[in-house]
Amino acid sequence: MISLSSFMIIGAGLFCTGIFIVLSKRNAIQILIGIELMLNAAILNMVAFGKYDRFNNGGQMFALFAIVLAAATTAVALAIILNVYRRYKTIDPGKVDKLRD
Amino acid sequence: MSLIQILFYLLGFITLASAIFVAVTKNLVRSIFMFFITLFALAGLYVLALADFVAITQIVIYVGGILVLILFAFMLSGKETLTALQEQRKQFVSANKMVSFILAVLFFAVLVIMITRIGADNLAWVKNAVSNKNDITPNVNMTDNIGINLMTRYLLPFEVVSILLMIALIGAAHLSRKERVQ
Repeated sequence: MISLSSFMIIGAGLFCTGIFIVLSKRNAIQILIGIELMLNAAILNMVAFGKYDRFNNGGQMFALFAIVLAAATTAVALAIILNVYRRYKTIDPGKVDKLRD
Repeated sequence: MSLIQILFYLLGFITLASAIFVAVTKNLVRSIFMFFITLFALAGLYVLALADFVAITQIVIYVGGILVLILFAFMLSGKETLTALQEQRKQFVSANKMVSFILAVLFFAVLVIMITRIGADNLAWVKNAVSNKNDITPNVNMTDNIGINLMTRYLLPFEVVSILLMIALIGAAHLSRKERVQ
């Protein structure tokens, strides 16, 4: 069977790609994609370890919860991005620097 | 090398390659569709980790829901995004990108060193699970077990997550509605 370490290394690669996207991109949608990649790396680790929990299903269950929470996060984040675009006419996080109107 | 290992390395390669393509490409729509491929390959990896229900959920929710949402947001904020990308194209390697690349590579090195040193396959509880027959084998059906656990052991997190999902969707609908002219 496949070892846990190879799953973890693929997860680490995904996580670091996500970090690179979050740090380097100047577009809120791409940053959101980076965050999704990092979440998916975490879910991959949970699923890989969840293989050794057959009766309680801890890993797979919390992977499901994490997927649902990622969906909720994305919906709210995209609504915020659309609002920011409507107000500032840009979605570059570096240019959105005012809290007030 | 068995077939399952070949499949694993193939899917892992597709996952990482498409994720890196998402990171380096200049074309936003192309990067979104490559993200789609990353998610599909990840679902394949979940199947290889014997979590078929999670894999199906991944395809249904991520590919069916989140990706369509991201595409919608891109379409609704399209023109400004494209001009921002063209500005980015002028400077090929900026200092910001270099710093984040170095940070990501260093973090990857730290993670790989940690993974090789921890030896996840020889952990005590993993060995314990294998000897107690608590590990998932390819011939058992896990979906009904997941359903039973969801309604008994994990009932409280399930209800909490459902309420949170409802709050988030109402909030998103409220945020994205048009402001009324006073």
